[in-house]
Amino acid sequence: MKIGVLALQGDFEAHSQRLAELDVEPVEMRYASQLREVQGLILPGGESSTNIILLEREGLWDGLLEFAREKPILGTCAGAILLASHVSNPPQRSLAAVDMSIERNAYGRQVDSSIRTIEPEAEFAERTARGSLEAVFIRAPIIRSIGPQVRPLLRDGDEPILVEQGLHLAATFHPELTADTRLHKLFLDKVRSA
Amino acid sequence: MFLTDEFRLKVGLAEQLKGGVIMDVTDASQARIAQEAGAVAVMALERVPADIRKEGGVARMANIEKMREIMEAVSIPVMAKARIGHFAEAMVLQALKVDYIDESEVLTPADEEHHIDKHGFKAPFVCGARNLGEALRRIAEGAAMIRTKGEAGSGNVVEAVRHMRAIRQQMKHLTVTGRDELPRIAKDLQAPMELVEWVSREGRLPVPNFSAGGIATPADAALVMSLGAEAVFVGSGVFKSQDPERRAASIVKATTFFSDPEKLLESCEDLGEPMPGLDVASLDEGELLQTRGW
Repeated sequence: MKIGVLALQGDFEAHSQRLAELDVEPVEMRYASQLREVQGLILPGGESSTNIILLEREGLWDGLLEFAREKPILGTCAGAILLASHVSNPPQRSLAAVDMSIERNAYGRQVDSSIRTIEPEAEFAERTARGSLEAVFIRAPIIRSIGPQVRPLLRDGDEPILVEQGLHLAATFHPELTADTRLHKLFLDKVRSA
Repeated sequence: MFLTDEFRLKVGLAEQLKGGVIMDVTDASQARIAQEAGAVAVMALERVPADIRKEGGVARMANIEKMREIMEAVSIPVMAKARIGHFAEAMVLQALKVDYIDESEVLTPADEEHHIDKHGFKAPFVCGARNLGEALRRIAEGAAMIRTKGEAGSGNVVEAVRHMRAIRQQMKHLTVTGRDELPRIAKDLQAPMELVEWVSREGRLPVPNFSAGGIATPADAALVMSLGAEAVFVGSGVFKSQDPERRAASIVKATTFFSDPEKLLESCEDLGEPMPGLDVASLDEGELLQTRGW
């Protein structure tokens, strides 16, 4: 199984390392033609606005829209912003693969970044493993509302921080920056059963 | 020290900037141009290094209103420079909530003996280095990102190359050095033993390593990326060139596709004139910015 990691800019190396730890071959993606080689795709953390500019400039946007209709995507932080159907602060283009409204930099600036311990709800624990999860939020977005087809899998208080819609997963934090690979495993399960 | 939540968050933001270009800007309109071109962050400062070099005088932290204006103009992270050792400027920048503080040799040093104790700050710091010892001393003080110094404002990449190669070679050497020799190397490097052992084991710096100082063309950016830089700082190179919009976008492209010759060619087309360059070898010792700090 080959999983692509969008590598135009961002913490794609950290995602590749997590995949390698799970014995999956990561493919760093910089060209539209590479989308055909992979069964699933990770949109990493980074700057979402920068990634949009590069995706458009390098001709990957349409390919990505098509990919999202057929194959699973995991988006983390900036990647979740790309997957959303509506983006604020400021408004920007997105792939609309997950029916949710998301606000960029919603906690504030870097000094407002934080690491928080999350107690997973039953479904996440059943599909992965039990135990609390460390969530790293860096200039993170907040999911402000979700559509009827979107299921929250992890919450911080009332706020969904990991959501699922059909093939896709979107996390507002950075699972790639911790040694806990449960979220990557969950994604690989989705790719295998897709 | 690398395991505290606070330090992980500081390094975590640097991770997000990898593969990107951080551009010097002096006002909101330049910041918007940088963001539109695909910069991952901007560095707010009063004058770009080429002007500081030309005009002389004391170069200080930028004007607060200008920095606020820049922070309001863009959604990408905003960094700002404090003078070496000037922890009060750093306190101001942290209170202003800039996303990264650059304790920078481009500004006139405030302390010739001491750098800022960066562990005491919630805001992350980036610091310049010319070699492994300098990089590890800054990390020991709490820097969460290193950038090789190069020679700022020169438009000449030779020093950036020298510093990146020096750090890489020194790290490589450490990976094949026996444990018994590490204390002496730590002594020579004037760096803490704990960090020397870490590098010896891992073969890299414990924080991201970016490149700065003299990068003026897309090919320059590709060169330092190929030598191991994880992202690129461009100072005077963009806004001292003939066509800043085009050049900024081209440097971004070359940084992403640094190993692809066809894409590099595309990035070098229709660029207009670059900033004027300086022969670093002809500069007097006193004119060098890279020798500030220790």
